[in-house]
Amino acid sequence: MGGDGAGPVSTAVATPVAIELRDIVKRFPGVVANDGVDLTVRAGSVHAIVGENGAGKSTLMKTLYGAHRPDEGTIVVDGKERHFRSPADAIDAGIGMVFQHFMLADNFTVWENVVLGSEPGNPVHLDIRGARRRITELAERYGLAVDPEELVSDLGVGDKQRVEILKVLYRGARILILDEPTAVLVPHEVDELFASLRDLTAHGSTVIFISHKLDEVLGNADAITVIRAGRTVGEVDDPSTVTSHQLAEMMVGSELPSPETREKTVRPEVVLEVRDLTVGVNSSEVSFGQLATGDAASQSVVTQASTTSEATVPATALRAVDRVSFSVHAGEIVGIAGVEGNGQTELVEAIMGLRDATGVVLLDGKDLGAMATLERRVAGIGYVPEDRQRDGMVLTFPIWENVLLGHQGGAPFVKGGFMDRGAIRDRAKQIVTEFDVRTPGIEVPAFTLSGGNQQKLIVGREMKSEPKVLLASHPTRGVDVGAQAVIWDILRAARAAGLATLLISADLEELIGLSDRLLVMLRGRIVAEVDPAAVTPVELGSYMTGATS
Amino acid sequence: MNRRILGQLLAPLLAAAVAIIVSSIALLIADESPITAFKAMWSNIDGTGAIILIVNRAVPYYVAGVAVAIGFKMNLFNIGAAGQYQLAALLAAAAGAAVSLWAPLHIAFVFVVAVVVGAAYAAIAGILKVWRGVNEVISTIMLNYIAIGISAFLLSEPLRNDLSGNLAATRSLPNSAHLPALDRLFSAIGFHLPGGVSLDGFLPFAILIGIGYWLLLNRSRFGFNLRVSGANPAAARTAGVNPKRMILITITLSGAIAGMIGLGPLLTEEFNYGDQFPKSLGFTGIAIALLGRNHPVGVAAAAVVWATIERATQPLSTIGIPQEIGVILQGSFLLAAVIAYEVVKRWSDAAEARAAAGRTPDVPMAETAIAETGVATT
Repeated sequence: MGGDGAGPVSTAVATPVAIELRDIVKRFPGVVANDGVDLTVRAGSVHAIVGENGAGKSTLMKTLYGAHRPDEGTIVVDGKERHFRSPADAIDAGIGMVFQHFMLADNFTVWENVVLGSEPGNPVHLDIRGARRRITELAERYGLAVDPEELVSDLGVGDKQRVEILKVLYRGARILILDEPTAVLVPHEVDELFASLRDLTAHGSTVIFISHKLDEVLGNADAITVIRAGRTVGEVDDPSTVTSHQLAEMMVGSELPSPETREKTVRPEVVLEVRDLTVGVNSSEVSFGQLATGDAASQSVVTQASTTSEATVPATALRAVDRVSFSVHAGEIVGIAGVEGNGQTELVEAIMGLRDATGVVLLDGKDLGAMATLERRVAGIGYVPEDRQRDGMVLTFPIWENVLLGHQGGAPFVKGGFMDRGAIRDRAKQIVTEFDVRTPGIEVPAFTLSGGNQQKLIVGREMKSEPKVLLASHPTRGVDVGAQAVIWDILRAARAAGLATLLISADLEELIGLSDRLLVMLRGRIVAEVDPAAVTPVELGSYMTGATS
Repeated sequence: MNRRILGQLLAPLLAAAVAIIVSSIALLIADESPITAFKAMWSNIDGTGAIILIVNRAVPYYVAGVAVAIGFKMNLFNIGAAGQYQLAALLAAAAGAAVSLWAPLHIAFVFVVAVVVGAAYAAIAGILKVWRGVNEVISTIMLNYIAIGISAFLLSEPLRNDLSGNLAATRSLPNSAHLPALDRLFSAIGFHLPGGVSLDGFLPFAILIGIGYWLLLNRSRFGFNLRVSGANPAAARTAGVNPKRMILITITLSGAIAGMIGLGPLLTEEFNYGDQFPKSLGFTGIAIALLGRNHPVGVAAAAVVWATIERATQPLSTIGIPQEIGVILQGSFLLAAVIAYEVVKRWSDAAEARAAAGRTPDVPMAETAIAETGVATT
């Protein structure tokens, strides 16, 4: 039982150890992902593993889950040494993994998803009733309320996660590993999740979760292991003895960044103005699967519908964005807070011309209504999409080609219909150096970059094209503390230089720290405007959920 | 980069080994000696003359491969190359025979007709897709049958040269529309081709098509948009690429190139369009594009491989071995190659990610350098 130096001795002796990893080393050619990691997890506890992106957390969990075998070290589960050849072995030992990206069949019901792969009954008979009974039982016992008959596609993110947990429990897991379970959840769902995890441990299960949100780690974990650069650098047996600041320093090994923006740089001129922007819930995306004729259809049908002609506007209940009006000044960051799915995505896409909408969007007083997406970009809108890998880059393309993405509208990268490869490469090199994108070069494919470096590349790409306004959706989601600090610095510097920024984020600290003004979106409407200097995350949360109005 | 190229070469070698094993098994089942068969095959592809004949055969395959590949590049499956080139060749043959022009102009005229017909016929599928969402696989298959029907009708009377003859064909092109073989060109530079064979006059055009395809793909904005649309449609949309315009242009372009598939046979060999005209080039193009990974050079290699197998297996029937072994070779080679490419790609991607992670500089965040392992990112 090595490695619990500072913990209270009395409890340490009393509770048995569920998992003990000793000196785990996992090498990949050229990289040592885990370089002697120790981990001791007590039975019936909620154990957090924290560390930056790339610190080796996921590699360690994959080792524990049997996804690969460690090069050195031992795995002891419930006092017995184990050698997992596959995840099936780990499941046999009672270890289940809940992945960050859900692995559910959308067009199946909840119970079908849960039993998928380990169906009850025999090969010719699926014991549907038994399956449902067992799932309902599990759901009730652990407070994981979901209707087994519901289609997964109709579920919210929190419910989907509960289904994932049920899947693991259904297979008899007593030790659950959750990989960044809260990355996709909103505050009240986070609370529900941890309540469920508490129920699990109360029933004797053990929970390990990976996170880099330190507050929730401190608030919910019984013990914490900090990993940095493939090594265990800290073990905390009593979270009340550490502060998030100390934890963060252990993670980073240095001073931690803060999102705070100080002196106001807001200038009088309005750069982006949005008036009565309305998007229907089923508004068509301008996409590759869509059915409409050539050019006309791809330009969003932004008609300058006056607010009175309601006939052209979808009924209130069917609006993803409902008559939203606001403006962003030069040198100003306007933050949009809101529980995800309340119209923020649609709002941004409508401004980008990626979604049909009614209302007016003005850039420097110029109506963008008739412009297609590329023209809007050329006109001066920079865009950091919320899902960087899906919308922001082509992972198989080299870094320098990704620099062209979204900026192929003309000079300086495209001349006479042909790519100016020299200019693009030069820009790519500039971005890599100026924005600290860590990469061996600009010729490597984008998938070789870590998430934080991909995001720095995207932010750098947008910034270097010197936009008048930047739409930044979740600019630091899922990136490590180092990259987050760099991105915050970039946004702050651009603000000081006069950039108008619309910031959408789920990270309330980021919103409060960076924004000059905060708008709260709820059910497609802007329901409040608050002063970030005066508001607390708790107050903001109550606006977001409609508790305060 | 070298790792990628190595992988690209490794995959076909693996595939060739698999194909030889599979066809050997087939031969053994048929109670024939694989050694005898492969010896006979080798003898028919050995020598300069044989190589020239293989290249000649590969030329239309290459054009067909490029036509299909350009669609594949953005996940558009143009199965209609068959119909597009047949209609294009028929109308180009008829139009070419109807006019009398100065030779270069005459050939250019035939080209233009073929390209326009191919493009227009493919555009139907493109319009259906962007306007009504009709899947291009379905529409191009159906358009193939319609093209066959139209050709049969046109050959039955309106464009038929000799109504009394047994063979239905258009009027033959006059000499001014014949593409000369390249032999004389070779002789002029002091290189004499072996007797009895001549190098296809369409070869330079096929090379130009390949260069054009490469330039378009790797150097032009259109090509960039095309590749982005194929690799990540969501990112293309976000980057402001107009999806419908891309679909329409790409299908039309594919059809334009498909229109030229039949020009080789038409201008250098057949000189008219009739019952004898090769009809299966469009479908061969699909196999060749797949085998060549849609790459301008890869498709060329694939076309040569395809033609080599066909040429090699020709003499087999004379020694009592079923010639169909060639089809088995082609089929197993294609299948194995597609699988091998995928396997090798995963392997080289992973290797590349590791190598990049290994070479990623540890820029210190503060005084402590933090290893970006890359592989292990959450």
